[in-house]
Amino acid sequence: MKKIGLDVGGTNTDAVLIEENRVIAAVKTPTTTDVTSGVLNAIVALRKKAPLDGIDALMLGTTHFTNAVIERRGLSRVGALRICLPSCASLTPGEDWPDDLREAIDPMCFLIEGGHEYDGRPIVDLDVAAIEVAAREMRTAGITAAGITSVFSPLNNAFERQARDILGRVAPEIAVTCSFELGRIGLLERENVALLNAALSRHGKDTVEAFEEALARSGLDAPLYLTQNDGTVMKAGRAARYPVFCFASGPTNSMRGAASLSGIDNAIVVDVGGTTSDVGHLLNGFPREANNVVEIGGVRTLFQMPDLISIGIGGGTVVAPDGSRIGPKSVGYRLPEEALVFGGETLTLTDIAARAGTIALGDVSRTTALGTELVDSVRREVGRRIEETVDRMKTSPDPVTVIAVGGGAFLVPESMSGVSMVVHVENGDVANAVGAASAMVSGEVDQIVTGMTRQEALEHCEALARRRAVESGADPATLRVVEREDIPVSYLPGDARRVRVRAIGSISVQRADSDPVV
Amino acid sequence: MREFPEDDIAPLATGAWVLGTGGGGSPYHGFLNLRKLYRQGHRVNVIGAEELDDDAMVAVVSNMGAPVVGLERIADPATQVGAIRMMERFLGRRFDAIMALEIGGGNALQPFTAAALMDLPVIDADSMGRAFPEAQMTSFSVGKLQMFPLTLQDIRDNAVIVERAASWKWMERLSRKACVEVGSIAATCKAPRSGAEVKTWGIRGTVAKAVRIGRAIAAARAAHEDPVAAVVEQENGLLMFTGRVWDVERNTTEGFLRGRVELEGLQGDKGRRLSVDFQNEYTLATCDGTPLVSVPDLICLLDSVSGEAIGTEMLRYGQRVSLIALPAPPVFTSPDGLACVGPRCFGHDMDFISVFA
Repeated sequence: MKKIGLDVGGTNTDAVLIEENRVIAAVKTPTTTDVTSGVLNAIVALRKKAPLDGIDALMLGTTHFTNAVIERRGLSRVGALRICLPSCASLTPGEDWPDDLREAIDPMCFLIEGGHEYDGRPIVDLDVAAIEVAAREMRTAGITAAGITSVFSPLNNAFERQARDILGRVAPEIAVTCSFELGRIGLLERENVALLNAALSRHGKDTVEAFEEALARSGLDAPLYLTQNDGTVMKAGRAARYPVFCFASGPTNSMRGAASLSGIDNAIVVDVGGTTSDVGHLLNGFPREANNVVEIGGVRTLFQMPDLISIGIGGGTVVAPDGSRIGPKSVGYRLPEEALVFGGETLTLTDIAARAGTIALGDVSRTTALGTELVDSVRREVGRRIEETVDRMKTSPDPVTVIAVGGGAFLVPESMSGVSMVVHVENGDVANAVGAASAMVSGEVDQIVTGMTRQEALEHCEALARRRAVESGADPATLRVVEREDIPVSYLPGDARRVRVRAIGSISVQRADSDPVV
Repeated sequence: MREFPEDDIAPLATGAWVLGTGGGGSPYHGFLNLRKLYRQGHRVNVIGAEELDDDAMVAVVSNMGAPVVGLERIADPATQVGAIRMMERFLGRRFDAIMALEIGGGNALQPFTAAALMDLPVIDADSMGRAFPEAQMTSFSVGKLQMFPLTLQDIRDNAVIVERAASWKWMERLSRKACVEVGSIAATCKAPRSGAEVKTWGIRGTVAKAVRIGRAIAAARAAHEDPVAAVVEQENGLLMFTGRVWDVERNTTEGFLRGRVELEGLQGDKGRRLSVDFQNEYTLATCDGTPLVSVPDLICLLDSVSGEAIGTEMLRYGQRVSLIALPAPPVFTSPDGLACVGPRCFGHDMDFISVFA
């Protein structure tokens, strides 16, 4: 099975060709402002290294959508429709966002009568007329995306679906995101995810179209998948509708890639990029999941995300000439012009590493003015920060293995306290792309079960999730359950409970012609 | 009397969540509501119980119901004001101050948001020193004070007054039924208290205690130190177990969230299993069938990394948690206290032995 893995980062676009889990070719190219040509350049560069015939799938990870939220750009104004009255009136949508994000998204808020009780009864009847009015007002205001949230929609999504239908009828040009499709119980956090998704809907569509255009122009005839936060893939068309599912796919891919390249399934992964280092915990080949709430660009969200710590250490991190300050500023994608070794005038961590001899690149003679003492003290401080972050990520005092990946992996010291060994791997600088290429497929169940004990209900749903994963193209031998959640629903007969189960597995080689849909 | 500073709103919420012992609902929405009220110019004054006149009349407030409902049906301060005003109309007299029924969880913020709208002071005291699931589990009940009347306001136009109740248990049963009927969440104003009663039976200094715990957690996080250890040290607690959530079983009965969480040990507790029972709050931790710590000692489950409390409705497979115990307020460890809130009140057939004994 031949796959191309792509990672479109803020600085670089990496591409790898993988055959039967072996890296055949890898390239690193600069990311361009024009998405299409950046991806196309990467594929063209890859083709120069290896023939690209008979590709089964192209799997792409991107930080585009996260960066859009963090940098507050490419976000559309949204309509925020919350079906909740007469409850929840004191806090409006966006109440807990940072001010600049609220200004960027500028939500047009509507609180509507409706929502459900914990036991499935409606709080009050849905105010259909108010939704029609809201839809017309959004239309008049030129709003093109809306997020709909209803009280207890994870238990009963009828009102969100009804509202979506009304919007579709009155204002068909509005792209609608329903919160029940994205999040768990926790109204504000679920609403935040829905509104971020809505705010990104135009950007998502444009970006995915650009990816598809690049693929078409490259002459490759393979289906395009985007990788998700949990290390599984979805078809490009679905990604365009749910960009939030790509939010943390970058770190997930680098961790999965680190596992695949090293053959180590349990370790701390340090992924050093141009601007930041992401540190995560690899457990059985997958990133450890964050507990509860995860903030994205200062906004509380509640959905499946890897547990990460990011620090401002990267290859492009700017160092004060006397070494007194390291970061957090970075030259980022301008590294090839601004670093001393590349003929620039800014002292960066890349220059320090070149001077110390840990990497060989550029013109090292341009760093001879740097004293040994300065170089050593900067390296010690960088090592200390990485060591401390690794330690924060650990769950026990026992020594751990660290896998260092990313373009700046040379910054990770060879020995750290509490670390048994530091593993550097071949092609570690393109671990993200390798991780994308090794993404899995999943099968999901989310339904209300009655007339079974809890044990029976869980077993029933697990079996169903496994079957769905296999039907989507997963290799049965690699299947495992990654999510299991049940919530009792009272007042319904037969010990009703809502059960969510997710099973994932590797793409089956035998089923290469199948259609892995997530 | 002193003005409650805006900077203490976040620590109050963090500390109250720890004292919630898994229940009382997350204070996050209360925090947002209070912060919004402060930004609109409202302010709250805090007074010590000793500053009350003996014949002052105090409103004891709480949002009653299942915590998980509060995650979706966000408490509106105006609903709480409705319950207090209802009580004033019923009694024909105005309140002089407001206090929390329980300092644990979201109910710590409930008197503050109502006070901000009503211009009344909040008393630095409560009647649980933590959170408990049932209304008779208070220091006022231990003191055998009068348990009626009670007002209950829902988000719609439903308002209930329980004029009399035969006992604290009856008050709980009657009000719980009404609460479940309106969606398992409602704002209540409990039996009013005189200043003298608050001084004798109120658990004092609990607002300050919550703020103190919240500040300790924030300081430890800022210094990259262990916030769990900071809480244990600050409040003379005990670290009982470090592990991860292995399984959670929940059932909702009679408006309560009941169940059990199984933990698998990590670090020093590797190889050990712990199970923790809950009825809204954590009530009993057992290891291989042997009770380790039980109510009324406080059983707090904290995120091992952030120190943030984890409510029984937020438990999820894989979470890294630390279980700590904090000492019970003395009023609950007396024979009368244990009759109200001892292990048997939660269905555990055992005598209370404090881990701090």
